[in-house]
Amino acid sequence: MTTAKIYNFMGLRKIAAGLSILLLLVSVASLAINGLKFGLDFTGGSLIEVGYQQEPNLNDIRGKLETAGYEDAVVQTFGSPVDILIRMGAAHDPKLGDQVLQTLQSGESQELTLRRNEYVGAQVGEELREQGGLGMLLALFMVMVYVAFRFQLKFSIGAVSALAHDVLIVLGFFSILKLDFDLTVLAALLAVIGYSLNDTIVVSDRIRENFRKLRKGTAIEIMNTSLSQTLGRTLVTSLTTLLVLVALAVFGGEMIHGFAVALLVGVCVGTYSSIYVAANVLVMLGICKEDLMPPEKAEDGEEVDEMP
Amino acid sequence: MLNKYPLWKNALIILMLLIGGIYAAPNLYPDDFAVQLSGSREVHVVNQPLLDQVKQALTAKQISFKSGELTAKGGLIRFSDGQTQLKAKEVISQTLGDNYVVALNLAPTTPDWLRSIGAGPMKLGLDLRGGVHFLLEVDMALAVAQRLDVYVSEIKTKLRTDKLRYRAVNHREDGSLELKFSNADVRDKAQSLLRKDYPEFLIESEDMDGAFYLTINLTESKVREIEDYAIKQNLTTLRNRVNELGVAEPLVQRQGRNRIVVQLPGIQDAAAAKRIIGKTANLEFRLEATTDASRAVTETYPFRNENRRPNKATLEKDIIISGSSVANAQSTFDETGQPQVSITLDSKGGQLMNRTTRNAVKRRMAVLFVEHKSRTLYETVDGEQVAKRIPYVEKKIISLATIQSVLGSSFRITGLDSATESSELALLLRAGALAAPIYFVEERTVGPSLGEQNIELGVTSVQIGFALVLLFMLVYYRVFGLLANIALTINLVLLMAVMSIMSATLTLPGIAGIVLTVGMAVDANVLIFSRIREELKNGLPPQSAISAGFDRAFTTIFDANITTLLASVILFSMGTGPVKGFAITLSVGIVTSMFTAIMVTRMLVNLTYGGRALKKLSI
Repeated sequence: MTTAKIYNFMGLRKIAAGLSILLLLVSVASLAINGLKFGLDFTGGSLIEVGYQQEPNLNDIRGKLETAGYEDAVVQTFGSPVDILIRMGAAHDPKLGDQVLQTLQSGESQELTLRRNEYVGAQVGEELREQGGLGMLLALFMVMVYVAFRFQLKFSIGAVSALAHDVLIVLGFFSILKLDFDLTVLAALLAVIGYSLNDTIVVSDRIRENFRKLRKGTAIEIMNTSLSQTLGRTLVTSLTTLLVLVALAVFGGEMIHGFAVALLVGVCVGTYSSIYVAANVLVMLGICKEDLMPPEKAEDGEEVDEMP
Repeated sequence: MLNKYPLWKNALIILMLLIGGIYAAPNLYPDDFAVQLSGSREVHVVNQPLLDQVKQALTAKQISFKSGELTAKGGLIRFSDGQTQLKAKEVISQTLGDNYVVALNLAPTTPDWLRSIGAGPMKLGLDLRGGVHFLLEVDMALAVAQRLDVYVSEIKTKLRTDKLRYRAVNHREDGSLELKFSNADVRDKAQSLLRKDYPEFLIESEDMDGAFYLTINLTESKVREIEDYAIKQNLTTLRNRVNELGVAEPLVQRQGRNRIVVQLPGIQDAAAAKRIIGKTANLEFRLEATTDASRAVTETYPFRNENRRPNKATLEKDIIISGSSVANAQSTFDETGQPQVSITLDSKGGQLMNRTTRNAVKRRMAVLFVEHKSRTLYETVDGEQVAKRIPYVEKKIISLATIQSVLGSSFRITGLDSATESSELALLLRAGALAAPIYFVEERTVGPSLGEQNIELGVTSVQIGFALVLLFMLVYYRVFGLLANIALTINLVLLMAVMSIMSATLTLPGIAGIVLTVGMAVDANVLIFSRIREELKNGLPPQSAISAGFDRAFTTIFDANITTLLASVILFSMGTGPVKGFAITLSVGIVTSMFTAIMVTRMLVNLTYGGRALKKLSI
């Protein structure tokens, strides 16, 4: 009966804490200085309708616009195959329509007509943004309450710190590389929260179990044992998720790219944070056996475990 | 340790899988791109000869179609792809002319037996499939005029409190205000007072025919501000209304100075959507005038139900409250089964209602339905036909009932014609009134915003990713991996079934939710399997290891999933649009993945290994 190898995860905890703080500082600084490059969904922009005489190929239009520097253009047919609707983040300007028309006209034998060139507002209104932000805060709070109830307050601080850490770093990543932040990226960010939470709880669960089960050992030793035991599972799960995401990033086309990149970064950071943020915060808060010893008449909470 | 499920448990799981399979099945039948024909008025009937004429026209233009059929609502012609559909629509419109409405549509191909049990496919969002596009124009002149009316009463109060006697304050046709004084000195005092208090006024003075005037115009920036406010209010109201319609992931955005775009995914009941979106209905609650009231303070309005006798009633001019005081409205039925709307007022509205009805018990109170409408006239200008809109306001009495006792903040409105009417009225009251009336100026269909090619790439990449995960699980966990893969596939089927039953809309963020769900479903199995491996290493015999692995991993899976479920349910209830779409897929996915990863995998493992002596496990 070989005992699984125990890695000294917590030996690196000070370096990891330093790294996390550095990453957070860089992210926050970049968010403060550069901000986020919000996509069309958030900022609004211009709407241009172009009439063709013969049915054009939408991908050619996208290609031409991209080469001309309008990378965020959304191209749709509008009512009929020869009417094309283009929405782009570029600020509205009366000349923009003609510039776009020239771009599209080049190399085209048929004559194009500019049907309209107008300002469009944001898809995500201010009140929705506020509500969404409020929803996220409420979600974080409820998670804290649930974890505090099922585990212990120190765990809930650990879990929420890990979440905040992941979200900030993903946002920082988008800010530093000046990648477009649109609604799909927002969805990815929510997915990162889900993934990171899942991962943190799995690790916390093992830590709780070992604190109760193992008679000997310091908090750091128990952490190391728990993290080593869950390491196999952590790697397999991250790997399978990463497999899907790499497939999305490589084969998914440009529209899905931002989404896949956000999740790739998020999953990596999320896995790291379950070990080095959530567990680290627990150590820092001085987690000990007494915190986790089930209260008198203890096994109440465990009833649910008997269900298959 | 036999690891056997009782028969009923296996039967229950299999029953659930069967139901799931049936309800997911409609997704195997993709919608047809179709063009729908109907008469623009009742006299124009879509019949077989007309359908044949359309078919001939299509054949002549070499446009291939799948089928053409007559339906209860007109004719339906199906095509194999969207491009053909768009081309065909033009041809058909030209062939049939203006007497017929030619509309793009997506026709379900769900077999009848599935439809009879309420099964239908998931809807695809604007990004994946496109939808209907409405362009609405906000009546800005009226928005500004409404604001000016407020200024008129403000100015009157102000002049009165400062004891500056005026002869008249009028709201002129050209959008300016005219103040008339009989004394130049008072006029000048009023001018400096208003200048101080209203920096947004441009005030000019004028003397004419022995009277002294002030003309007030609003500054350009103030007009802009009023317009922006009106647009913003209308956007909010429209978003509320569209959300109330239950359309997932609509697009509502401002376009230009005074227009709003609304895009709805799929081609649902566009007629019903139009009815709700454009309606600028409001309610006014007024007391019936007493017989001795002077004509100056009363107005006479007709009843909405024209068969009612008498068909008119005279009401007081004073409005007790209007629709804006409504905090909540629900469509319900009264004791006799008649539709009614139960209304809850906000606290201010409740006070006003209470104060008025306290002295009016046994009098009658009317509910006045106010609607901004417009007539379209076609005029020929320079040989071109130009549509001209003439807006007008229609006010009709819905109900006139005796006040039995003092009313508070909740009461009900009866006298509605049908349940549809009561639910639409409740929806409009809940979603709020529009700040200014809006008119439809354009209606078209739009293609998917992501583009066909991007969608194909997206779908392919999800498939590749999924295949990689299956392969990895098979290699890493062998027989157990295979069982997990079966469970994972079942999970996707169940997820689709639940989404279809809820008729949820699938969008790109929704696909993100599915990807995450796949990840989490795999995670549950990985947790169980690594626990089993651990128990084997600790020296437990195979059957006990299986049992211990499932049992021990359960707490972990339960906590991890419930926490995430909690977060996603909150995101669903608070979020809107894309956040909602993501949260709904994730929530459903968590529930189905817990079921498949725990119960279904356990059943499969039990069926494979349970009830016999084992030396080793293929894990």
